[in-house]
Amino acid sequence: MSEAQEFKYIGQRTIRPDGYDKVTGRAQYGADLSLPGMIWGRTLRSPHAHAKIVSIDTSKAEAHPDVFAVVTFKDFGSVEGESINAGEGAADVLDLARNCLADDKVLYHGHAIAAVAARTERAADDALDLIDVKYEVLSPVMDVEDAMKEGAPVLHEDMFTQGYEETPSTPSNIATRLEMKMGDIEAGFAEADVIVEREFRTPTAHQGYIEPHACTARYDEDGQSMVWCCTQGHFDVRTSTAKLLGLDLSKLKVVASEIGGGFGGKTVVYQEPVALALSRKAGRPVKMVMNRDEVFIATGPTSAAKLKAKVGAKKDGTITAMQGWMAYEAGAFKGSPMMPGVMTMFTPYDCGNVQVEGFDVVVNKSKVAAYRAPGAPQAEFAAEMVVNEVAEKIGMDPIELRLKNAAKEGTQTIYGPKLKTVGLIECLEAARDSDHYKSALADGCGRGIAAGFWFNIGGQSSVSINMNTDGTGTILEGSPDIGGSRASMQMMAAEVLQIEPSNLKPIVADTDSLPYSQGTGGSRVTFATGMAVIEAAEDVVKQIKERAAAIWNVTAEQVDYADGVAINTAGEEKMSLAEVCQAAEKTGGQISGTGNINARGAGPSFAVHLCDTKVDQETGKVDVVRYTAIQDAGKAIHPSYVEGQFQGGAVQGIGWALNEEYIFNDDGVMENPGFLDYRIPLASDLPMIETIIVEVPNSFHPYGVRGVGESGIIPPLAAVGWSVGDAIDRKVEELPCSPPRVLSLIQNG
Amino acid sequence: MAKSHVSTSINGEPVEYLCDPGDTLLDVLRNELQLTGTKEGCGSGDCGACSVTLNGRLVCSCLVLGVEAEGAEVGTIEGVGANDKLHVIQEKFLEHAALQCGVCTPGLIVSTKALLEENPNPTEEEARYYLAGNLCRCTGYDKIIRAVMDAAETMREGA
Repeated sequence: MSEAQEFKYIGQRTIRPDGYDKVTGRAQYGADLSLPGMIWGRTLRSPHAHAKIVSIDTSKAEAHPDVFAVVTFKDFGSVEGESINAGEGAADVLDLARNCLADDKVLYHGHAIAAVAARTERAADDALDLIDVKYEVLSPVMDVEDAMKEGAPVLHEDMFTQGYEETPSTPSNIATRLEMKMGDIEAGFAEADVIVEREFRTPTAHQGYIEPHACTARYDEDGQSMVWCCTQGHFDVRTSTAKLLGLDLSKLKVVASEIGGGFGGKTVVYQEPVALALSRKAGRPVKMVMNRDEVFIATGPTSAAKLKAKVGAKKDGTITAMQGWMAYEAGAFKGSPMMPGVMTMFTPYDCGNVQVEGFDVVVNKSKVAAYRAPGAPQAEFAAEMVVNEVAEKIGMDPIELRLKNAAKEGTQTIYGPKLKTVGLIECLEAARDSDHYKSALADGCGRGIAAGFWFNIGGQSSVSINMNTDGTGTILEGSPDIGGSRASMQMMAAEVLQIEPSNLKPIVADTDSLPYSQGTGGSRVTFATGMAVIEAAEDVVKQIKERAAAIWNVTAEQVDYADGVAINTAGEEKMSLAEVCQAAEKTGGQISGTGNINARGAGPSFAVHLCDTKVDQETGKVDVVRYTAIQDAGKAIHPSYVEGQFQGGAVQGIGWALNEEYIFNDDGVMENPGFLDYRIPLASDLPMIETIIVEVPNSFHPYGVRGVGESGIIPPLAAVGWSVGDAIDRKVEELPCSPPRVLSLIQNG
Repeated sequence: MAKSHVSTSINGEPVEYLCDPGDTLLDVLRNELQLTGTKEGCGSGDCGACSVTLNGRLVCSCLVLGVEAEGAEVGTIEGVGANDKLHVIQEKFLEHAALQCGVCTPGLIVSTKALLEENPNPTEEEARYYLAGNLCRCTGYDKIIRAVMDAAETMREGA
């Protein structure tokens, strides 16, 4: 598929099928399920950022009259270090267990140590105070540079840096070193007329979903168990929870509730195994809901990073060499998204001489979780800021410079393959021709532009479509719907079956009802689960033809299917889909299509953003006055929700660029774990976010889809950062551009 | 501690409940009365997911005690719209795709209703400031504001 196709339903702006439940309050989220006999679980968290646990005495808590059970790390049984697929990428089981409940060490302020289940939430909280933990407090290391220094406090005595030819013999906080390169970097810089090199810092930032993590777990007498939770991947919750508690997968049903935002942060387990362990001990269903401060201190965030970018170009704008260095904080356990940072940093450019080195570094903060295009925003921020400065130095329009060097079909990537058909040039042209870019900049304002690249992923998706006797059907998918994807599934199935979308009801099925499906992440659902839906719908069409053929006594090949009607090409007969479904009883039983796939060929989605800001010279406060997000969707199945992804990504990126950061005191205690002080963008902070949907079809998807969920968070960091610098005639090197930092730049340069 | 008996009115219907003196109105709505349409996002009045009206005034139900509802009129998301028909604001949120995950949506709809009762013809800026207490992390607010402005216009035409 490469040419534009004609569609009957795709591209419309339908009402989402789960919408009524969500505007009336009926939709049930993570904290909304209560069960008969249910009790409440609460978590004891470390007051220290780094300490050895000398002893834990839970006896007084257990003696509390309202307490049913107390659990610690010991209740996980004998977990061993092995790699499992737990969310977006592999995870070490032992690290996962130690993050859910600390073993012999606490590694961050807020690290869970024990949990209590009691009759009420308040009683559980009271009982936490009765648990006596003796600590040997250690010095925390809170910054990636400090953590890399020789002599820094070491978090894990068994961590030896991977990625050098010779593995070091002494432990350190550097988990991994990675280098990728192509061409001749020295020769490339030697060719350059202009070279720009800068260092950058980005802060620890949180996904900031409005719904705190929540679950209800029930462990039955016969060993059957159930976890209801808000998650991006309930099959992965099953894998992780079963592993930690030593259960067979068939004994654990995980039901994905509606999910109140995730952005990558709800791809891993925190409370789910703990709640089930409590239920197993207590013999009662247990509900656990995090407070907002727990969400900030113990879940997410994304990596703070230190980065360097160096770019060389000729006077005519040809980029000759690009070099990067980055150190990403992983939090308490290895596994920052440094690798995708290395891979994406310079991918928007068709340059043959590239070298990037990255480090994955543990520090005494909560273990990072995926956050929308994990690793890319930090790396590409550094790259895009420097590319803008190169354009400035050679006196070239930054869009023209990018067009001259833009990655396109056939461009060699640093990580191996050459790019297939991509839409960066189309996005840059749309930016150049936009009303925004053609409009003069208001007095006292600055303008920034930046590009963004994200691979997107495919992966495993399982779908069943069950047809009813009246010709309507149910779509069972295994991908939690985090932003309206049920609507896209409905439309893609409708397009194949050629029936009204409203005749198809999409359901996010539990883990007992479908084979494994990867979680909602990597911008994979509309692409991969969409392909599974199409395959399942095509399976239904095939059966419709076979059933009609049986009735007409012809072969299935002699039956055509168009506009929802089976047509006998060897005769005159026609039967609608509903009529064939109605007759299913007489032709071999009911009709059900399946699409269980491992999708390949997720097309990358490039984005280009334009940002105008105004800076208050006296306070350093920055206002975004105009913003345009342009991105390649391949094919927009539901344009409103595609625009919504662009806008949401842009605004998360704006928040990251302008205000959001974790602030720690000298003891490693987070000082702003609430929405008042960790300030995500408000309605009053923003203008409308203009969008331009570019459609360069992805040949691997039947309808040309590219995932759109993630790329939109990448360009804002540099688009905003450059814009602020432009407004105050300074070079921004550190995010966020919060008032004190901007004021300091204005005053001190 | 003994529980307190509270007589109140929720969405126009008389309701009685027992609650601990420390229970918030949000706790009572969600855990005692199973009115889970009102969401908890922060428990500190910063996110607006728990927005309800108390005697016509927009409040965060996490900052109101359950006992404070004695003799009051409480309005929640469950009372917006008729039993068989959505409120115009709810329709416009759907038409404009003004929700993604939907967890902030009940609070935003309750707040929008309060806004349009106070000010049927808000400017975009007035709408943005009135709704500044309702955090949404998914949409970037663009489509929410469009839905609110469209709902305002439709309600004015219908008035």
